[in-house]
Amino acid sequence: MKYACLIYDDGVPTQDEAEQKQIHADYMALYQDGLKNGSIVVGEGLDRTDTATTVRVRDGKRSTTDGPFAETKEVLAGFFIVDVPTIDEALEFAARIPSAKWGSVEVRPLWSPGA
Amino acid sequence: MEPGRITENDAERLDRLFRSESARAIATLARIFGDLQRAEDAVQEAYIEALETWPSHGTPRNPAGWILSVARNRAIDLVRREQTASKKYELLARLESSAKADPMTNDETIEDDRLAMIFACAHPALAPETRVALTLRYAAGLTTEEIAAAFLVPLPTLAQRLVRAKRKIVQSGIPFSVPAPAQMPERLADVLAVAYLVFNEGYRTSQGGVLVRVDLCQDALHLTRTLVRLMPGEPELLGLHALMLFHHARRMTRVNERGEAAPLEEQDRERWDVVAIAQGRATLAEAARHRHPGPYQLQAAIAAAHATAPSWDATDWPAIKRAYDALYALDPSPVIELNRAVALAFSGEYDEAMRRIDALLDGPLAAYTSATIAKADLLRRAGELAEARRWFERALPSLASETERKIVERRIAECVSR
Repeated sequence: MKYACLIYDDGVPTQDEAEQKQIHADYMALYQDGLKNGSIVVGEGLDRTDTATTVRVRDGKRSTTDGPFAETKEVLAGFFIVDVPTIDEALEFAARIPSAKWGSVEVRPLWSPGA
Repeated sequence: MEPGRITENDAERLDRLFRSESARAIATLARIFGDLQRAEDAVQEAYIEALETWPSHGTPRNPAGWILSVARNRAIDLVRREQTASKKYELLARLESSAKADPMTNDETIEDDRLAMIFACAHPALAPETRVALTLRYAAGLTTEEIAAAFLVPLPTLAQRLVRAKRKIVQSGIPFSVPAPAQMPERLADVLAVAYLVFNEGYRTSQGGVLVRVDLCQDALHLTRTLVRLMPGEPELLGLHALMLFHHARRMTRVNERGEAAPLEEQDRERWDVVAIAQGRATLAEAARHRHPGPYQLQAAIAAAHATAPSWDATDWPAIKRAYDALYALDPSPVIELNRAVALAFSGEYDEAMRRIDALLDGPLAAYTSATIAKADLLRRAGELAEARRWFERALPSLASETERKIVERRIAECVSR
């Protein structure tokens, strides 16, 4: 089954250099394991929310606004799509995402027709 | 039964027999489908066939096996008809190989299916109240009506909760399987938490004087006994079983003839269930042989100290205090600190105990009624009756249970009259 692991945190990166290095190394290790065993379909980090642009179409008219769709304390910081047998492996993967230590990871199955 | 004609009694008996014998078929088919609803649908078809054939041909010698094989054949028909199902061939293969495995002679498969069902019902991706409802329905075999009555939840609410849970199991891919050894401690803890929650709900309910048909304590004990049989050698599981047995042994004396929640020291120890206490001791001793203590074993040790004391005065308080110390080291929660302080007071260190309880009442347990009552009771024992009364009166408005309110009212009266 395919699951999205949606990573949320406060959007403020750590300033501590050693910590940054450790986080980077942990993410690389997770990537390498996931690519090797085929569980990661895709995984990306997102740029800061002040780079976001939000689009809405109402009555055929497009409106564009600067910023994320909602101002919240926790923001979407990145995501993985994993393909694993059951939710157990997806939850285990999510727990290994470094950001889970200070933010949170929402695990949701991808929608599939007829399921 | 007379062929061709079913009396109401027969229908009821068939219904009851079918329900108690169908748990196995549901567990086996749920594991194959990964879907409880489809398993239940197939078993429902078998029920219709049972209604048609059992009264005229007689009840099969092995009803559980009959239900499984009929339900599996119906499941194969159902899967064949679903032309569009992408997993059709995989499912058919699994159903057919399950039929060939002749599970009637394969006890291990049956037990594995039951365990897989229990772990799926208590899965951490489900909400705690949903885990309890699913476990009671599919692992303990209660009806939806019985569960709704036991938890004082409207039937449609509970039915809806079960439907949503079954959908989440399928759509989020919650597996029907026994967890791998690495995940086992955490997952087993979730299962034990469900069983203990059910037991405590039963304990609380009977204290509230609410008449409920289902004895949840019995259901929890039965479930735990099943788990012990399926997973021998899990010390915390044995600890939980022992803990339940010790509490259960005191069931007859928990409410006195005045309808009050009877304090331990006033309970008639002659009426405690000696068989349950003996089973509890043996179970706890077996747990201890693994030399892997945990919270349930420590709580059972405390319950054992009370259950085996010949009288209130002969209670081994230092042993109880030591068990609370160990428990607090594993789980430093304010409620455990409160119980530890009470044990300390009974071990003779009244002033230190009171200082700790006051700190809890000034902090994390300010709104916790048991803390208020603990302080009031220690004051009463120390003869500080005016102060004791003030604290009992403070606790009174927040007591929901009639039996607990009665005993606190008596205490207040005693503080005045003496």
